[in-house]
Amino acid sequence: MSAKMSVQDIILTLQKFWADQGAMLMEAYDTEKGAGTMSPYTFLRANGPEPWHAAYVEPSRRPADGRYGDNPNRLYQHHQFQVVMKPSPDNIQELYLDSLKALGIDPLAHDIRFVEDNWENPSMGAAGIGWEIWLDGMEVTQFTYFQQVGGIQVDAVTSEITYGLERLASYIQDVPTVYDLEWGNGVLYGDIFKEPEYEHSVYSFEKSDSEMLLRHFNEYEAEAKKLLADGLVHPAYDYILKSSHTFNLLDARGTVSVTERAKYLSRIRNMARSVARAFIDERKKLGFPLLKDEALRAKYLPADEEEN
Amino acid sequence: MANFLLEIGLEEMPAQLVTPAINQLVERAADFMKDNRLQYGEIKPFSTPRRLAVLISDVADKADDLTKEVKGPAKKAAFDKEGNYSRAAQGFARGQGLTTDDITFKEFKGNEYIFVTKFEAGKPAAEVLAGMKDVITSMTFTTTMKWSRHTFEYIRPIRWIVALLDDVVVPLEVLDVKSGRQTRGHRFLGQSVDIANATDYVDDLAKVYVQAAADERKANIVSQIDALAIENGWHVEKDDDLLEEVNNIVEYPTAFVGKFDPEYLELPDEVLITSMREHQRFFHVVDENGSLLPYFVSVRNGNAEHLDNVIAGNEKVLVARLEDAKFFYHEDQKHDIAFYNDKLNVVSFHAKLGSVASHTQRVKALAAIIGRRVALTDKQQQQLARAAEIYKFDLMTGMVGEFDELQGVMGEKYALIFGEEAPVAQAIREHYMPISADGELPESQLGKVLALADKLDSLLTFFAGNMIPSGSNDPYALRRAASGVVNILHDNEWDLSIDAILTDLISEIKSENTRFGLPEDVVTNLDSVVDDVVAFLTDRVVKSLQTQKVRYDVINAVTTGTLTDTTQMFKSANALLAHIDDENFREGVESLTRVMRLTTKNPTDVAVDSALFENAAESQLYAEASLLAGSDLTTDELLKALLALQPAIAAYFDQTMVMVDNEPVKQNRLASLQSVSNQANKVANFMALDVKSN
Repeated sequence: MSAKMSVQDIILTLQKFWADQGAMLMEAYDTEKGAGTMSPYTFLRANGPEPWHAAYVEPSRRPADGRYGDNPNRLYQHHQFQVVMKPSPDNIQELYLDSLKALGIDPLAHDIRFVEDNWENPSMGAAGIGWEIWLDGMEVTQFTYFQQVGGIQVDAVTSEITYGLERLASYIQDVPTVYDLEWGNGVLYGDIFKEPEYEHSVYSFEKSDSEMLLRHFNEYEAEAKKLLADGLVHPAYDYILKSSHTFNLLDARGTVSVTERAKYLSRIRNMARSVARAFIDERKKLGFPLLKDEALRAKYLPADEEEN
Repeated sequence: MANFLLEIGLEEMPAQLVTPAINQLVERAADFMKDNRLQYGEIKPFSTPRRLAVLISDVADKADDLTKEVKGPAKKAAFDKEGNYSRAAQGFARGQGLTTDDITFKEFKGNEYIFVTKFEAGKPAAEVLAGMKDVITSMTFTTTMKWSRHTFEYIRPIRWIVALLDDVVVPLEVLDVKSGRQTRGHRFLGQSVDIANATDYVDDLAKVYVQAAADERKANIVSQIDALAIENGWHVEKDDDLLEEVNNIVEYPTAFVGKFDPEYLELPDEVLITSMREHQRFFHVVDENGSLLPYFVSVRNGNAEHLDNVIAGNEKVLVARLEDAKFFYHEDQKHDIAFYNDKLNVVSFHAKLGSVASHTQRVKALAAIIGRRVALTDKQQQQLARAAEIYKFDLMTGMVGEFDELQGVMGEKYALIFGEEAPVAQAIREHYMPISADGELPESQLGKVLALADKLDSLLTFFAGNMIPSGSNDPYALRRAASGVVNILHDNEWDLSIDAILTDLISEIKSENTRFGLPEDVVTNLDSVVDDVVAFLTDRVVKSLQTQKVRYDVINAVTTGTLTDTTQMFKSANALLAHIDDENFREGVESLTRVMRLTTKNPTDVAVDSALFENAAESQLYAEASLLAGSDLTTDELLKALLALQPAIAAYFDQTMVMVDNEPVKQNRLASLQSVSNQANKVANFMALDVKSN
């Protein structure tokens, strides 16, 4: 490994690398979420026949994982570098390995393995087949071929590569805790995130107003359903994300009884299924504009249907 | 004679599926060769995480010719009025690619038919082998996926195919992958390589850092590990499953040694071993006394270059895990069992079935019921009650939260640390057993009873909650629980009527459900599912007897009667099998069957009144049956005695008409026969035995 890359150097390198492979560089989506997969740039786009290639950094909030800034690895909010390529390219594994080389990780100087790990997010009705990627025994990336999203069997398989930026950077910079990472230009990760980690942990575990959160959950759900009925997919999806994050806050606070927990998850799952279906319908109404291949257009937009 | 190589190049397969997959490929390839009449010498298997391959030696130049006689219409339908071949006959010949000149006549089952002898010339090997495409696509796997825009599913994406007959490519195509001669080497050390001749496969791959023969690769790993053990004076635990897994995640293995700070040795061995084996696929290291040492052995997929990086990285990951474990181990001990037990009140057993805490309350009641029936001492009953009170507390500890595979194991460790008695602690660990259908059973009395109670409460409540397994859908592993119950009972020769035990529990639940925490609708269902639970357990007995290849009629006889005690079902099956060749078996069974048919069809509830007997045979049979009812016989002895009733039963039916018009006499006779059936039912439903073939 050459001179130690800062976190922002790692991000810039990955962005450049994947942009060169045809990915669009998107920005993080501005609604709280637990993982990059839940960004509309992955979750919604994974359904339907249209091709989609995107890369973005996603700050991912998991209230229950907050550790008041005390734990070397666990965080309320961590960062994922998310790459989605749909349909999955035949050389996607080789592209991923090349991206590690771009980060200065010479595969010959390390032990890199693809270890089976099938991913599932039941609350979003999503499941995929894939691997954890181990770098000298440490999991640095989750690699998934989506099979089902929002309860729907996908038309074209998205290959999703999720780099755990903190893990990868901890490895590259060889530091004992994430707070010792250099974010960029000499500023440490701890300088930026230690205080928010502490405050969000206090909020999530001790201060959040459960009654307010419960009320919000119900309101967000009602709004999402109403918007879905109106065919307003993206606003509906924002409210589903809000519901999901609100539930995560309730869960972290420990006020959701276990019986209720399953019910909340199933309410979110039902919304996720509806929005995934609605997204496909809306894109179809638009004529799947990103689908250029004539044979595929004929398959997914049969002429007799278009006349209707 | 030639050699044929088929290699399917894949993205990394799940380790545990590689060996079953290559075995399947060999089997399918052999079937293919046989079906296509292509002679060969042997099939050699090769497998790595990225490839499944077979090398078929001494393949014949062409498939065997086939001469086959085909039967056509009857001779009388083969000619028209003019004596010429009929349309049917002409059509038949044409359909076989021949003409009416080829027709011959032969007798078949007493009638004459027309026949043709068909000749099919064997095709050249290359042409036949192109059909191997179907071998590739017909493979089935427990996990499959699709990729890109394909709908075809496979274990992992297919990236290349090599199909070579000696030095010639056999063209075949799966999705958009065309066969060729190019294979791929090790991901990092090797590159792609063109194979000139099928027989060069192993050597060509060796040059690009792939050891393709799985057994040789495994032997290589073992010898490298042994060398490290000898060099350091250690013993390395080469767990078979771990070795198999490691072998299937490497193409070019290099074993290496790592270490960790001895301070972590204060952790329980199971925690250290789990961290190393389950999470990192490391082999753990012990001294001559079997004590863990602060080292591990791992296997890299690569050569010895830059091994320092690999070692440092792996050590760092292990230390992070052990640091977590140490933190939890100390943190967990700051509280007590009551603290954790209390938390179980808010953990759901199942959303429809209340909390884990109320599950443990029911299990406590059920354990006491079972404990009484298997005659535990007062001291044991006290300990059992304590164990049942706390046996799930470890689920709430930080350690089990992080290492869920240590549930029970940590329960025992922590229970001892918190001052519980050893049998109580042991029962906590053992209640999960058996963890697979044929897994190890609990050793201690308390462990056995707690394991039974835990599993039976799950079966009863999930059934009452309408969550009954169907087909392959068994999300709560109830079949495994049922097998566990049956196996524990059988192993200990515990004769327990499951229906009676469950009925006792249900009446306790109904009298005091606030403590047992089941929703009303589930409580209402409890009574009605007892029979279903017994039937579900009986089904496990059927499966177990089937695996032992017991005759189907014997299985039916012991599982379709009135028995609700699964252990008795096994005993009865053994007794029947032991006497099935006895001289009097057939006659004995036939006479018992006659009695049982009558009493099954004509149930009665009158008491036998010997004053109504009209002949000596009646008195005699009733006396013999009553004698059996009053004696304490083993199943084997009872069966022999039942078979020995045959002369008495025969005499009875000779002299006695059962279905007479005089109702009191008729009922009395049926009641008398019922006393015979009652004894027979203790062994089996004799009506289900098929003795005609004996």
